[in-house]
Amino acid sequence: MFDIGIGHYLTLGAVIFTIGVVGIFLNRKNVIVILMSIELILLAVNINLVSFSIFLNDLSGQIFTLFILTVAAAEAAIGLAIIVVYYRNSGTIRVEEIDNLKG
Amino acid sequence: MPAHAFFFYIFSLIAIVSAIMVTASKNTVHSVFFLILDFISISCLFILIGAEFLGMIMLIVYVGAVAVLFLFVVMMLNVAQQKNQWFGAASGGKHIPVGMIVSLIIFFELLIVIGGLKLKPDLSNDFINLSTTNITNTHSIGNVLYTDYIHLFQLSGMILLVAMIGAIVLTFRQRSGLKRQSYIRQISREKNDGVELVNVKNKEGVKIDV
Repeated sequence: MFDIGIGHYLTLGAVIFTIGVVGIFLNRKNVIVILMSIELILLAVNINLVSFSIFLNDLSGQIFTLFILTVAAAEAAIGLAIIVVYYRNSGTIRVEEIDNLKG
Repeated sequence: MPAHAFFFYIFSLIAIVSAIMVTASKNTVHSVFFLILDFISISCLFILIGAEFLGMIMLIVYVGAVAVLFLFVVMMLNVAQQKNQWFGAASGGKHIPVGMIVSLIIFFELLIVIGGLKLKPDLSNDFINLSTTNITNTHSIGNVLYTDYIHLFQLSGMILLVAMIGAIVLTFRQRSGLKRQSYIRQISREKNDGVELVNVKNKEGVKIDV
């Protein structure tokens, strides 16, 4: 219990990943919360990569975490821009009312 | 190491609780605040485990840029007052049980994989203390990042450039009916265009056409 190994960090990553997936399934408020859940999922992936990088003594995991960070920032910017444009055109960003594609 | 375990449990507890609150909070602004708390506690965990550079970069990028961007958009779109409702409360809650089952299956699959890690023999169970070596974490990342991964590094810069241009193009709006200053028209304006001499007859007015 007091000996923190790689399993603890991976379990934390699994828990946060699952919370992110559940957040995508469960909310119907607005799309911004779904974007935040995606950020949580990327965060869990980052936890896994960093813990493997530390415990295997290999720096590649931290390098790839940097690239994931970059892509996450770009994705947040583009997603929020799309949300702003959609709100300007249709006046709402509630998930249940965005059904133009009839999916 | 009891101190390491103590801080690990504290930070991971804060991270998990705030991650739950991100998805379950009624107010979107509160969700953004809990997202910031989550990022901060995870970066504390990174610093704790020995990846100081990534922890600090995470603070700068996520808390300083991404979360503030979320906050701006939430406040700009005036969606903070929309009450959060769960799918089960109203009609059409059919896919909630399916989603929960899929999420639980994902979670248990991840746990099984983590349990199976112990079967791999050459994985050391305690982390190598990088501080015993002379070279720091930031230094070693820089050694690798600018030599072996230089193409990926420049490619990520291109990704950021494309994202910036895309965001600007998406949100740019040309308003009509807006009077702007045009230097070209101001400079190229001649005397004959602006002034007209009119012979005014006595006791008659003059009609000005604009």
